Amino acid sequence: MLHAGGVDVGSTQTKAVVIDETRRIVGRSLIPTGANVVTAAQSAFDMAIAEAGITEHDVAYVIGTGYGRYKVTFGNSQVTEICCHARGAAEMFPGTRTVLDMGGQDTKAIRIQPGGDVLDFCMNDKCAAGTGRFLQSAAAALGIPMDELGTRALGGQKPVNITTTCTVFAESEVLSWLAKGKKIDDILLGVHRSIATRSIALLRRVGIEDEITFTGGVTRNQAMAPVLEEALGKKLNISDESHYMGALGAAIIALERARAGEGTEAVRAGGAT
Amino acid sequence: MTAAVTGEEIVGRGLREGKYLFAQWFMRLGQAAENGEQAAYVFVMGSLAELLRAFDLHIVFPEINSLQTAVKKVSGEFLTVAEDYGYSPDVCGYVKADVAMQLQDGRHPMGRIPRPSIAVLTNACNTYLKWAEIWDRFYHIPLVTVDVPASRSAATSGQLDDAALESDRRFVEQQLRELIVQLEALTGRPLDMDRFRQVLHDTNRMTRAWARILELNRGTPSVFNALMDGTVYLGVANALRGTPEGALYFERLVEEMEYKAAHGISAIEDEQHRLIFVGVPCYPIFRRFHELFAEWGGSFVSSTYLWFAAGGMNLGFEYDLDRPIESLAEGVLRSVRAATDAMMFHDRALLEAIDVFHADGVVYHPVKSCRTVSTGLADSRRVVLQQRDVQCLYIESDMMDQRVVSEAQLKNRIDAFFEGLNSRRLRRRAQEAPVAGPDASATRVPA
Repeated sequence: MLHAGGVDVGSTQTKAVVIDETRRIVGRSLIPTGANVVTAAQSAFDMAIAEAGITEHDVAYVIGTGYGRYKVTFGNSQVTEICCHARGAAEMFPGTRTVLDMGGQDTKAIRIQPGGDVLDFCMNDKCAAGTGRFLQSAAAALGIPMDELGTRALGGQKPVNITTTCTVFAESEVLSWLAKGKKIDDILLGVHRSIATRSIALLRRVGIEDEITFTGGVTRNQAMAPVLEEALGKKLNISDESHYMGALGAAIIALERARAGEGTEAVRAGGAT
Repeated sequence: MTAAVTGEEIVGRGLREGKYLFAQWFMRLGQAAENGEQAAYVFVMGSLAELLRAFDLHIVFPEINSLQTAVKKVSGEFLTVAEDYGYSPDVCGYVKADVAMQLQDGRHPMGRIPRPSIAVLTNACNTYLKWAEIWDRFYHIPLVTVDVPASRSAATSGQLDDAALESDRRFVEQQLRELIVQLEALTGRPLDMDRFRQVLHDTNRMTRAWARILELNRGTPSVFNALMDGTVYLGVANALRGTPEGALYFERLVEEMEYKAAHGISAIEDEQHRLIFVGVPCYPIFRRFHELFAEWGGSFVSSTYLWFAAGGMNLGFEYDLDRPIESLAEGVLRSVRAATDAMMFHDRALLEAIDVFHADGVVYHPVKSCRTVSTGLADSRRVVLQQRDVQCLYIESDMMDQRVVSEAQLKNRIDAFFEGLNSRRLRRRAQEAPVAGPDASATRVPA
């Protein structure tokens, strides 16, 4: 049976997905990227094929995506995560017209056509406000594990107003609210609302069209989707696999390329960034 | 064109000769600095070079000196000198590099520039006014600011009726006559009208040639890259404006471009996508920036930079040698107004350029250093997306400051832009001849 793979090497985590010829996910993995990007990509891929119960020889085509896409040394070609998230979202939710991908350092608003072709996109520039890193700063300031942030935020009743747009300064603003005696849950709800506001501004730049699919690592945070939905006044498409959307999109494109009989692309000299 | 000329001789000649002339010009400025000769400091938009050249003043373009520090990869050192002196990181990078040069006795990567004897400027850019005041504080020189009435609104941009235009022209002419009095006092000699007419004549020759060069780039494939090659041409257009060498250079450039057009020789290898650039180039990684597009077959066929940094040559306006001062006033009015319109009200011109240049995409490049050229680009992008079926890319960096240029982030966005362009092309082909569904893979990718 034909298999294809996608490896999404993000700034924080590396995700790998293997699909079969029916486009069904048969293997997946998620590991921290760490300092050795090449090793992270290989390890994630190895874990995904192990879950699928196949070997690397059974995978006809692999596409690397994410910032470390050129470090997927065993891959056949590279596609940006912008296109991969778009294809992944369209695969999982065919009615998708807008994608919001919230990752560790990037937030992307992507407007797509049916089928997942990108019409327009916007990203945060040289600033991690409105991304997962903003949550990490808040978590560090409050001494709360990342996986508890969402549930604590959902317990907030009177959210504070986080005004800074700087991820670094957010930490001191969080501490100042603590000093004023605000509850941690209220501060965290304010942090989530601040990120939502930034993200919606990006969405407006590309135009918000139904359906909106929420992808990326921050989808694992329990509070982010409800806060976004409240601010937007719309429901978001989200699934347990949303974190893997970039890798899934890469795998879908890889499957199409394998079927088209495409060979491996050369990586240009300046490609590794 | 002479029959004997070969492709090997002619292709790339404009770049070779442009770089040579540019180096010669800087060398002459260096000699002027050593000899203490009189020089006028001017700006690219509304340089009034014709009048200054008629008085045989050396002409110094601080914007060009500054961008050269970025192209030569030393702008960081110059910016640091100015910031240590007290200028904020938020101040225009061109200004700061120039301040650093002044603090270092005019020394810069291309040699040395003379001190100013006078500064002549227009109100084309708000920073110009404050910039010139710095020279006044350093050198106590006369500053002459020519107030050029701009377009009153987007709705009237470039469409003022004749009476209003003539009224504005007379307003500028009166200021030029006052400037002439000051220049006569500075140089100790009257304006030589014959010499002035000759300078205007040489600018007319350059303008005529430039119009033809721009026209030739409408063809496919494009014969020059507006970003890389165009910047060299603009350097000569400004530095040698109104000179016989400048006129000859552009006439020979027409020859080269016509040869390339006739032989289908493109500006970049395998042109796949025709793009329009909006903004100021990313000089700190000038060549690499170009490569990030060229690797995907993306060629810049036009740019707003060619509009607002060409001293009005793009307008095709030719001076009337029978009314030289009156005509120069009209030229300055038209060129400065067009330059500010190219920054503030470029939507209509951009839509027209997309059509006539058969562009597939528009690349917006707002820069931190210059909010004047960067303001409104997001709105322009929205208008273009609404009114034309093209792909738009919006990337931010700087024209001088490498600290705010992130190649990895730029590359990611540029790659996604081309994936979208390729996908769009496949979709169109699929609609024309239905086959299997579109896939972003099947057109050229960088190799």
